Amino acid sequence: MLIKRAVDIRSSEITPKSLYLNRRKFLAGAALAGAAAAVGLEVNDIVAPSASVLAGNKIDGIKKSSFSTTETITPYKDVTHYNNYYEFSTEKDEPAELAKNFRTHPWKVKIDGAVEKKQELDVDTIIKMAPPEERIYRHRCVEGWSIVVPWVGFSLSELIKRVNPTSKAKFVEFTTLMDLGQMPGQRRPVLEWPYVEGLRMDEAMNPLALLCFGMYGEDLPNQDGAPLRIVVPWKYGFKCAKAIVRMHFTEKQPNNSWNLSAPQEYGFYANVNPNVDHPRWSQAKERRLGEFSKRPTLMFNGYGDQVASLYSGMDLKKNF
Amino acid sequence: MRKAYSSLSRRNDNRNFMSRFVKFVLFLAALLPLARLVWLGFHGGLGANPIEFITHSTGDWTLIFLLVTLSITPLRRLSRQYWLISYRRMLGLFAFFYGCLHLMTYVWLDKFFDAHEMLHDIAKRKFITAGMTAFTLMIPLALTSTKWSIRKLGKRWQTLHRLIYLSAAAGVIHYLWLVKADLKKPLEYAFVLGTLLLYRVVVWFIARTRVDRESRTAVPTAG
Repeated sequence: MLIKRAVDIRSSEITPKSLYLNRRKFLAGAALAGAAAAVGLEVNDIVAPSASVLAGNKIDGIKKSSFSTTETITPYKDVTHYNNYYEFSTEKDEPAELAKNFRTHPWKVKIDGAVEKKQELDVDTIIKMAPPEERIYRHRCVEGWSIVVPWVGFSLSELIKRVNPTSKAKFVEFTTLMDLGQMPGQRRPVLEWPYVEGLRMDEAMNPLALLCFGMYGEDLPNQDGAPLRIVVPWKYGFKCAKAIVRMHFTEKQPNNSWNLSAPQEYGFYANVNPNVDHPRWSQAKERRLGEFSKRPTLMFNGYGDQVASLYSGMDLKKNF
Repeated sequence: MRKAYSSLSRRNDNRNFMSRFVKFVLFLAALLPLARLVWLGFHGGLGANPIEFITHSTGDWTLIFLLVTLSITPLRRLSRQYWLISYRRMLGLFAFFYGCLHLMTYVWLDKFFDAHEMLHDIAKRKFITAGMTAFTLMIPLALTSTKWSIRKLGKRWQTLHRLIYLSAAAGVIHYLWLVKADLKKPLEYAFVLGTLLLYRVVVWFIARTRVDRESRTAVPTAG
């Protein structure tokens, strides 16, 4: 009976209250929740909730994108209170509080390495480089859970084109801010700080790779990587560096933080792949937040049409 | 005579009543972690991933009850509060209870009773192997926790129940092997368990040297 409520939830009602209803439904009819989610899939009109202000400033002039999925968007509260953001905490519910006063302005991003136009760019300049688009992407964490998020940004290639990488640029390395005063998680040596991630040049130039500064029609919340992050939807979530202060173009493959921490568990590529298990758990299925049953994980997180060709001829078991 | 006797029996009655009362309160207190989960569940407090929350919470409480059970012996010896022993069985059974809930969240909410997948997990994933070992070792302990078993098994009961050391160690290893990078919490459990086990080693060692010394001093008199 309670299950039917899932259909009522529109994006404009994504508020804590609807979330509570969600939770009650979850326990009351746990076994049937999967079916409810299936019904929820028909709610196609979920776009950026313009009616309600969620956290920050609304972003004007957002264009829709053909890359967007029509799957049910994960509630805003979940996406902002379930964050793997080790710079703040290793507990997922803590970044929301700990990042509350994080200073995202002024913010400079250093562009260096194998580029003709080495420079320091203000984040506000970057944001204006191209019109903002809403990209509703599936986001799959290496831990086995997933969400659907209406990110706002534009293709990372828009920025890269403007800084003229030289022929030596084979990879881009992204560095997250290092600031022990603001990021208490960096005081503990859980990972090597600052956090570093990287993409091969052709991956970074793929139009799906998003330079992101907003979500749900608004500025990016601090706990989700403000003021500037990348979103690479066919890869596991940890590839999506947050609070980026440097983009370094380089000839050699960057050492990404998780790979340094456990090379046998986290590779450089980290493409979502249901056939290659994490040494300690299966990657064949995932739990979409808000759903009861697990769903099968899709190759390249369902973005194979756009990106599979990048890896033709590569052994993805070896290059995990 | 008669008066003294009745006052003594009244004192025994009182002590009995107190002991039962404390046991009852302890029983309710041990149910609080479960009550909390249920309450949070109905008030939207389990966060974005309720199943993960339940899994972690029941796992934590299994380990906590195991460690509390293991701390009874050192506590009662060091504080000379020997009556503490009367609560040990219940605490151990609560460890088993939360272990069952923890296992159920895995079997039902994580694997949806897919036996093939679970067997695959147990064989292939070290942390699942360790967790299953920890749980399996608790089963004979729970089954032989009755007074009847204690009487029936005699000395062997104590030997059998030393399995709790292995079970707790496997439980802590299970936790250590499953975390991604932050070892802080499993290491806290490992530290407490290490201390509790070290106490036993020290006690055993002291007892042994005492026996040694006594047997050595006994030699001349015998000769």
